[in-house]
Amino acid sequence: MNALIRLLAVMRKEFLQLRRDRITFGMIVGIPVIQILLFGYAINFDVRNLEAAVADQANSHLSRQYLDALAQTQVVRIAHRADTPEALEDMLRRGEISVGIYVPAGFDRRLADPLRPAAHLLVDGADPTILGIVNRLRAMPFATDGTTATILPAAFEVRPYYNPEGRTAVNVVPGLIGIILTLTMMLFTAVAIVREREHGNLELLINTPVSTTQLMVGKIVPYILIGLVQLALIVAVGKLLFDVPVRGSLADLYVAAAAFIAANLALGLFLSTIAASQFQAMQLTFFILLPSILLSGFVFPFDGMPAFARWIGEVLPTTHFIRMTRGIMLREASVAELWPELVALLVFALLALTLAVRRFSRRLD
Amino acid sequence: MTAGGDTAIRARGLTKRFGELTAVDALDLDVPRARIYGFLGPNGSGKSTTIRMLCGLLTPTAGEARVLGIDLPADARELKPRIGYMTQRFSLYAELSVLENLEFIADVYAVARRTRQARIDELLERYAFTDRRRQLAGTLSGGQRQRLALACAVLHKPELLLLDEPTSAVDPKSRRDFWADLFELANAGTTILVSTHYMDEAERCHRLAILDRGRKVADGTPAELQRSTGMHVIEVLADDAVAAQHALVGDARIASVTQLGVRLRVLLPEALDAPVALVEQRLGDAGIDAEVRPVTPSLEDVFVAVTLPQSDRIAA
Repeated sequence: MNALIRLLAVMRKEFLQLRRDRITFGMIVGIPVIQILLFGYAINFDVRNLEAAVADQANSHLSRQYLDALAQTQVVRIAHRADTPEALEDMLRRGEISVGIYVPAGFDRRLADPLRPAAHLLVDGADPTILGIVNRLRAMPFATDGTTATILPAAFEVRPYYNPEGRTAVNVVPGLIGIILTLTMMLFTAVAIVREREHGNLELLINTPVSTTQLMVGKIVPYILIGLVQLALIVAVGKLLFDVPVRGSLADLYVAAAAFIAANLALGLFLSTIAASQFQAMQLTFFILLPSILLSGFVFPFDGMPAFARWIGEVLPTTHFIRMTRGIMLREASVAELWPELVALLVFALLALTLAVRRFSRRLD
Repeated sequence: MTAGGDTAIRARGLTKRFGELTAVDALDLDVPRARIYGFLGPNGSGKSTTIRMLCGLLTPTAGEARVLGIDLPADARELKPRIGYMTQRFSLYAELSVLENLEFIADVYAVARRTRQARIDELLERYAFTDRRRQLAGTLSGGQRQRLALACAVLHKPELLLLDEPTSAVDPKSRRDFWADLFELANAGTTILVSTHYMDEAERCHRLAILDRGRKVADGTPAELQRSTGMHVIEVLADDAVAAQHALVGDARIASVTQLGVRLRVLLPEALDAPVALVEQRLGDAGIDAEVRPVTPSLEDVFVAVTLPQSDRIAA
């Protein structure tokens, strides 16, 4: 009974502090909305309209048809003309174009010869994404009967499930929920203990009968609610602005998120017991955040990463949560089907909280 | 009364070292119940470190302490509900109101629901916060903050109050009020251990320990301490106090000369005969006209006497 009173006292105090702290309160709403707007619009893997220049030395009926077909793909936008491949290279180096298209004088003749390439695409290959996209152009089947050129139908038909239009936002927004919650939740609790120490509150607090567990759990619970509010915001903005669906059950999404938020908060508290100042706490947060963005499957497909990167990824809560959000929101999966991910998050939360409680010292020496 | 009888705090050989530095050096301490016991000493004399060891926040390097019959640091947890602690720095929540801070502390000490509201109202009234209950603690003045901190420290009616320089940033009026509150608490049976570097506050304590560089150099009631300085105290009233001081400091028999405005307070070892004559002769040799008379030692003189560097005392 006394334990419950103490726990509720800590929770109430956290809520009151939060309500009085306008900047933090603004961050709760501001960070998710701004981030989803930024990332939702900026992260775009459907590359289109790459700036291109053409050096068409054949200038034949066929070469013009070929260039028209290329322009129709909308992958490149032919914006400049050049006379020689050397001029294309110059433009490439100056960064004026991403792709140079060189059609040599013997284009018509070379087209008939399957052993020799008919034309060249000069690509700024420093960006693998651009290179990958342009490589798809190379595979573009192109047939000619000597007078007209046509694009052939492909051997395989690809049927994109869950995201037929191939819109990046559909894939990015569910992952973004994980990233945004990682950032805000971990940051809130990472500074929590350190701030009390810096403000001198902790010396008083550890001299009262309040237990470390009551203190830690009391700090986590209010933020779980805040995290769920943030989730609602991101899902709503994703739906309204980017038309990202929630095909599975909203309740399932909330269950997954609650476990994930708890894991991040507990991790934040643990960092808070390591850090000596709020600045250090923030640095530690970013130390975790970066791998959470890069190794969680948010940016790169998880299975494509080298083994050691996948091991690191498996340890991060964000990885498991992103699998769940994509499953629930896009593939209509249920939490029950994704249970290993949920278990992983709960285990992580419990472990981090235990470590935080054990590391927290009730003495000053 | 709990085990320990009339002694609230008993410490023997209490020592705390931080690396090379010995902050508290073999301290023996007996604090009687229901009394105000003072720690007097300059900054860095080990007052805060001792208080922190006595409430279980710091582990002693050596020695033992028994507080309210509880062995420290082993059973520190048992002690927490029975003591109130006021840190040197304001440690309540600035972004919470007066009332919210009190409510938080009441819940943290699990004050029974039936009595909680009545106790908070009583404290708001007693410490003059009834009209300021909604004011944020961060906007209170220095004196008000100290009163709120005291109200929070005594909310659960602790048997022992540990106050670490509670008035160091407070104006004289607030300090007087604060001490009136302390006497009331002590009269009601609370033991109070308070550290200070103000002489006037030290004079009000029932008993006093003077700390200097981690060592206890004197203890007793203020009157006892004033009787047993082991020094003659001579007051010198001279037109040119600075010149008089210069004339006196060179003499190895004179332990200390302190200027207080136009007056000098001169300490000489008790073993010395005719101290007034000695001082008058020194001043006469220097051609300084001054009024010289013996006075009773003040607590300030006691403090000066017991904190004299070892070499001076030997020379004397």
